[in-house]
Amino acid sequence: MSSMKLLSLPIMLLFIGMLSLSFGAYDLSVKEITWTLFQGGKFDFVINQYRLPRLILAVGVGAGLGLSGALVQGVIRNPLASPDLMGISAGAGLAATTLLVTYPDAPLFMLPVSAVIGGLAAAAIILAIAYNSRPTPTRLALIGIAISAFLSSAIDFLMIINPIEINTAMVWLTGSLWGRNWTQVPFIWCTLAIMLPFAFWLAWRLDVMGLGEESATSLGINPSKVQLLALLSAVILASISVSVCGTISFVGLLAPHLARMLFGHNHKALLPSAALLGALMVLIADILARSIHPPLELPAGVLTALIGAPYFVFLLQRYKGW
Amino acid sequence: MISTENLSIAYANNTIIKDLTLIIPKGKITALIGPNGCGKSTLLKGLSRINKIQSGKILLNGKLLHHFKDKELARELSILPQILVTPEGVSVQRLIEYGRSPYLSHWGKLANEDKQIVAQAMHDTGVTELANQSLDSLSGGQRQRAWIAMVLAQNTQIVMLDEPTTYLDLAHQIELMKLIREMNDKGKTVIVVLHDLNQACRYCDHLVVLKEGKLVAQGAPDSIFTEQLLSDVFSLQAKVVSDPIANTPMCIAY
Repeated sequence: MSSMKLLSLPIMLLFIGMLSLSFGAYDLSVKEITWTLFQGGKFDFVINQYRLPRLILAVGVGAGLGLSGALVQGVIRNPLASPDLMGISAGAGLAATTLLVTYPDAPLFMLPVSAVIGGLAAAAIILAIAYNSRPTPTRLALIGIAISAFLSSAIDFLMIINPIEINTAMVWLTGSLWGRNWTQVPFIWCTLAIMLPFAFWLAWRLDVMGLGEESATSLGINPSKVQLLALLSAVILASISVSVCGTISFVGLLAPHLARMLFGHNHKALLPSAALLGALMVLIADILARSIHPPLELPAGVLTALIGAPYFVFLLQRYKGW
Repeated sequence: MISTENLSIAYANNTIIKDLTLIIPKGKITALIGPNGCGKSTLLKGLSRINKIQSGKILLNGKLLHHFKDKELARELSILPQILVTPEGVSVQRLIEYGRSPYLSHWGKLANEDKQIVAQAMHDTGVTELANQSLDSLSGGQRQRAWIAMVLAQNTQIVMLDEPTTYLDLAHQIELMKLIREMNDKGKTVIVVLHDLNQACRYCDHLVVLKEGKLVAQGAPDSIFTEQLLSDVFSLQAKVVSDPIANTPMCIAY
């Protein structure tokens, strides 16, 4: 039953993926798309060099963000926790901006590397604060928002004092899939290829952690080890996503919540469904972003925030235990 | 078999257990008793490696406790903590399946043998009919039985229970103590923290009496449970009489 429901997500993804290939400044039919995918032809550039890599990136980034959010929520047991609300995305963004501004000629692979370092640093800061004060969910969210705001202002500062590089950084920071191509595909998909099996390895352990640290220890699970591994995976997934297309906000919060509503708390279903739902969200946001008012494009991150921010406010006012 | 040598356990510079040397008899039910704050729970958490120890040794089957791997230890001993977190949306059956954690492969898949053990544990604790119900929908007594079933499914030689009767009414307390006796009849060594001294005397073979982190007395209830002990340890004036049902010692405080 549950696996049938889970199966509906990749089918939806396939269908919407087709839509994503067909929509744009020039609408193409399914027949034209399939022909081009396998045979090339006159739409070769539009499909194979432009829309297809963009589709694959949207799916990868969304899956990364959804999975990252589900891991963070699974470990911190906090419904308000997510990589962007905890400052991880902003930390990754700041590190990557610093790289773009100071070494514009740095090799391409340095961007994800620096993003991961930035994401880890931000996670370390928030965890150090959280470790000392044991905050309530709302408080942790507030601390995260404060750190995010601080890091974002540092990004703005960097861009203002380096006006020449501002264009490169701007395009990248707004959380958009515009101007992305095959070069970014391996970054996110190699990360997913490692992290997805690892997430399945964590699934049972995260379930047992729901019984509390003492019971988990009694059942042969080392809570600190599982927490550390899951958080590390979440930070890497979120940071690499940021390094590919900037901050697409709220996907890491919304996808796991939706997954929990649809598939329950069992991580073996929750983790893959959060990844698939994240992929669907970013893909739909990207389609809308470029088809609302073509040829002008909105950043996909703006669209996810339009849905995500009100939902976050809704969650905040539900948790009254300050 | 589990034993300690010169064991000390501290919480934030505050030594709770002091220089404790103890042998827990194998195949028996041992009750840890003593006044509030005497270190009963701390000792249990130390013995189960939930808490770090400060100095001294804990030996399990002749091997130092901290030399065990996490899963290996979880196949030897299990502990039911005093405060149990009820996770959202977990069914009784699933909770009991968690008891198989130390035996599972990397991907957490249950083998047929695991499923049989889970079914047996549910049968033994009488929760089979509740299998598909959500844990948070159960009454206190039912929930405690489900937790005990999880511990049974873990199938360890040593079982530790930290105040398992605290939130139960008297009828469910007696039911639970009988369940513990049944576990013991199947050869398990049980270590249990209890507040009700009369229940400890009636259902347990061995008492370990602690005061301010130190061992005051240990032995069979018949030989150590005296009015003098109650006065020394609990500052309690009481008369010790014979339990009319079980013939074990029983105290009446005044």
